[in-house]
Amino acid sequence: MHRGSARALFELLSSMRFAIALLTILSIASVIGTVVKQNDPLNAYLNQFGPFWFPIFETLGLYSVYNAGWFIVILAFLVLSTSLCIVRQTAPMLREMRSFREHAREVSLRQFAHRAVLVPGVDIPEAIARTEAYLQENGFASRSNLRSDGALVAAKQGSIGRAGYFLAHGAIVLICIGGLMDGNLPLRLKMWLGDKQPTAGNQLIANIPESSRLGLDNPSFRGDVYIPEGRTTTFAVLAAGDGILLQELPFNITLERFHIDHYENGMPKRFASDIVVADRMSGETESHTIEVNKPLTLRGVTLYQSSFEDGGSKLRLKARSLLAGRPGVLSTLEGAVGENLPFAGEAFSYTLEITDFKAFNVEDLSTGESADAQSAQGLARLQQHLGSGARSPTPRDMRNVGPSFTFKLRDEAGQAREFHNYMLPIEQDGRWFLYTGLRDSQAESFRYMRMPLDEDGRVETWFAVRDLLLDPAQRKALAERFAARSISGGDNAAAMRTPLVQSAVQTLELFAERGYETLGAFIERTVPEAERGQAADVLVRLLQGIVWEAWMEVRGNAGLASLEITPERATYVNDSIAAISDSLFYGAPAYLQLDSFDERLATVLQATRSPGQPLVYLGSLMLVLGVFAMLYIRERRLFVLVQANETLVTMSSNRKALDVDETFQRHVDGLAAALGAQAPTAATPAPRSSPAPVTDKGA
Amino acid sequence: MMDIARSTPPAQTRPRPPAAPASRKHWLRQLGPLDWLYALALAAGAGFALAYYQHAMDAFDDIILVLHVPVLAAIGWHWKPFRGFLAAVAALSLASIALYDGDLARAEQTFFLKYLISSQTAIMWMSALIFIATGAYWLGLIARSEFGERTGSTLTWIAAVMGTVGLFVRWYESYLIGPEIGHIPISNLYEVFVLFTLMTALLYLYYEGRYATRQMGAFVMIVISAAVGFLLWYTFTREAHEIQPLIPALQSYWMKVHVPTNFIGYGAFAVSAMVGTAYLLAERGILASRLPALRVLEDVMYKAIAIGFAFFTIATILGALWAAEAWGTYWQWDPKETWALIVWLNYATWLHMRLTKGLRGAVLAWWAVIGLFVTTFAFVGVNMFLTGLHSYGAL
Ligand code: HEM
Repeated sequence: MHRGSARALFELLSSMRFAIALLTILSIASVIGTVVKQNDPLNAYLNQFGPFWFPIFETLGLYSVYNAGWFIVILAFLVLSTSLCIVRQTAPMLREMRSFREHAREVSLRQFAHRAVLVPGVDIPEAIARTEAYLQENGFASRSNLRSDGALVAAKQGSIGRAGYFLAHGAIVLICIGGLMDGNLPLRLKMWLGDKQPTAGNQLIANIPESSRLGLDNPSFRGDVYIPEGRTTTFAVLAAGDGILLQELPFNITLERFHIDHYENGMPKRFASDIVVADRMSGETESHTIEVNKPLTLRGVTLYQSSFEDGGSKLRLKARSLLAGRPGVLSTLEGAVGENLPFAGEAFSYTLEITDFKAFNVEDLSTGESADAQSAQGLARLQQHLGSGARSPTPRDMRNVGPSFTFKLRDEAGQAREFHNYMLPIEQDGRWFLYTGLRDSQAESFRYMRMPLDEDGRVETWFAVRDLLLDPAQRKALAERFAARSISGGDNAAAMRTPLVQSAVQTLELFAERGYETLGAFIERTVPEAERGQAADVLVRLLQGIVWEAWMEVRGNAGLASLEITPERATYVNDSIAAISDSLFYGAPAYLQLDSFDERLATVLQATRSPGQPLVYLGSLMLVLGVFAMLYIRERRLFVLVQANETLVTMSSNRKALDVDETFQRHVDGLAAALGAQAPTAATPAPRSSPAPVTDKGA
Repeated sequence: MMDIARSTPPAQTRPRPPAAPASRKHWLRQLGPLDWLYALALAAGAGFALAYYQHAMDAFDDIILVLHVPVLAAIGWHWKPFRGFLAAVAALSLASIALYDGDLARAEQTFFLKYLISSQTAIMWMSALIFIATGAYWLGLIARSEFGERTGSTLTWIAAVMGTVGLFVRWYESYLIGPEIGHIPISNLYEVFVLFTLMTALLYLYYEGRYATRQMGAFVMIVISAAVGFLLWYTFTREAHEIQPLIPALQSYWMKVHVPTNFIGYGAFAVSAMVGTAYLLAERGILASRLPALRVLEDVMYKAIAIGFAFFTIATILGALWAAEAWGTYWQWDPKETWALIVWLNYATWLHMRLTKGLRGAVLAWWAVIGLFVTTFAFVGVNMFLTGLHSYGAL
């Protein structure tokens, strides 16, 4: 390259202009990275941006901005620019730090913004001596230059502040280099050089090819270590693009137990893994506990508590039939989380995929009764917010509602529905329910069906009532029983019963189709708008009566006595009807009830090796020292030109701020006192409009 | 000392050194008996806390506590009114603790607790006083009333005392709920808004004393009032003031240093932006005769950004150290981290423009104002609009 253009390139790269441009681009790129959610699965972006923008953004690397090539290039240029800036500044800065400028000429001193003239009351040698003494006492280093007509005492303090420049800007370079070392650049280089490529994540470790395995010689990595309780592993899994790479660790890690502790209000308090680490070379073992915020460093690898999952808990399930005419328990199933089991009967065939299990579920069960707290107005409202921060006017009711599990039922066509079942009944407003949630896709949230428990705490009653109600063979008998109870005795009772039986049977037929939905549609079809409310009431009351009858029959069949109706029992009937109506949309042949379980947790640790970390930390320390030095060690230069009939005092500083004026004034006053001078004749901090240079560096 | 405040002819627009002695004595010899009493009280307080609350502290807490003595002594020696502030905070906090006497229920039974110095009440007082002080400063500015300004200043001091007492008492209350729940009250958005309010108020009061002018108060108090407005909304509609135990990710000593350091930064940036606003108005002749000289405003702006930048640098580094311990890596471009970097780069550029390019005046003032928007986004916007690891600060 031509010498001149090399020089120009150096000038450009080390210039402030260039640096500021880099910092600006870096900021904008960073903003993009926070607005576009990073590292999601690719098809999520396809949905979000559509087919036109998706590939464009992908090419620009917007889904992983901070790892994008261009971003790393900007960082590299920042390192380069800052380094060159340091190179360029070093010589002048060192000169500046060392020099006293004791040869400054009088004319240039007279142009300083801060200058004052004193008329000392002592002779020249005495004035010089006193000036030097004053300067020393006030923390200045000084050097005197005797001249024919007197002397220039040149003094400075705070020059060390300029070291701050080297510290702070050197720190930027160190931090960037350390960061690049710990980022995924080394890995990408390896992949780019061709000997490693990612593989699919969902395969057995044994099947992962050598080309997707990283050895102990890999200097920097960050990956997840998944270990179920009682198991041992020696690998970390690194995410790479859409696939994974397997990183070998220098030790085997066995998870003995995973702990989850909760606060009283149900919030998590502690996650901890009891692990045993066995060195693969020496075979030595050590026991450790890793917690959030308490990592463990061993052989250059640091292990962090990152998260936890189910590690294959064993569940025993009871399939309670929801098929018409086939009451009772269809089968019992046993399986572990992560397993797929066949779940088939005469009329159905599914694959049961058990996806998760949780032994604790802390939910807010408050019913929003605190409305009075919210509705209080004015002073009363304020009153509620005085006092300690310990309580809230709106009580929260956080409770552990016990275990739950999720599973999918996949039919032969491959369609799956997902379910979320709680093991234990949950209380609401004094009533108890079993909850089961379902959804058709991950994008939805679960809709819950609540099956009421009867007053003896049995959910079986509901299943039996439901079976009776939905069984076509039972309809007539049920309707007749209902009619018989509704209209008893009297002469024409039998005649009145017949239409009632008919309506009851019809209601049951309708309800058995799609529950409340068909009833509603029926009313809309047959009843004029004005009377619909009334018609609905009639139907609902009819249904309530029939369900009550069914309930009593179920009790009778079980050898239990009939009951008197009470408001609580009426509520049970209503809850039962609602649940039966919902159950018609349940989409599974049975409700899978969790009978018992053996919990097994798995911990997810993060394993990292970050060789750049010491550099980054050293850089950080230098940065702090440097920034404080630059901002708060103020370089001050005082020049005292002692002449026969007057003494000129001037000052310069590398930072223009009001306190320079202040300091100058103080030193002028101090020197005047030391020299036995009259009050200074002219102490002139320049007004803002003066053409004085903004920094006095060149002065 | 009013000469630098009003725009008077240039010859006089020079701040006088605070109590500048003709010849500088060694700084230690400039200290009066009150200063020594203050330092002694600090040391005694720390000693007492060490002895009395040892069971609740680990070695790290001990070190931090001991380090507070010289730091607070230095602040009080350099900035005399701070001594009174701290004395008031100590007296009221101890009174509150004594009134509680280990029983949380007393917050409802004891008059002074319920209506003055329980944590919630103290914070309510702070809020009310901030609003009134804002009004007083504006009255002082518009009516050129010395009295109005002095009232504003006094009320702001009291508000800062009440806010600090509120936080200290809240700290104590959290231990009364249960020893395992007790923690320093800087762990959620509600608590840090109180922290922001009192930090910004104190930083402003420092500059008010340092530059001997109260005319910037009207502007700075606007941003503080806005914070208090948010705080109240948050309290009344979201019940955010309820003390919650610490989730595992926050159980770290880094939190105790990272968060307050951050808020020195945020507070200082807020001050600089509001002074920048005043600058821009005064430059256009609006309120110019009532505000300090432009060069004073500019100087305050620079000083505030400098201190904010320095502390924000420390805070970001502390955050990185914490992240390294909690999440396994010191930097992972989490939105909160990234926005902290953007804020930092923004002010680094501001400082370069001023220092190496010699830029002055309106551009820098505009920049400081826009900087506050960037900072606010990093502070609350990220929690509201972006999801990430910092989601425990979510609204
Ligand atoms: C993220 C990157 C950077 C940061 C955080 C940073 C920080 C700082 C700070 C805090 C100051 C002191 C400002 C003051 O006292 O008011 C400063 C000064 C300076 N910076 Fe930077 N800087 C960075 C990048 C650069 C680059 C890339 C260059 C070179 C082009 C540069 C050149 C300078 C120069 C020449 C000074 C003046 C030093 C003096 O006269 O004392 N800085 N920097």
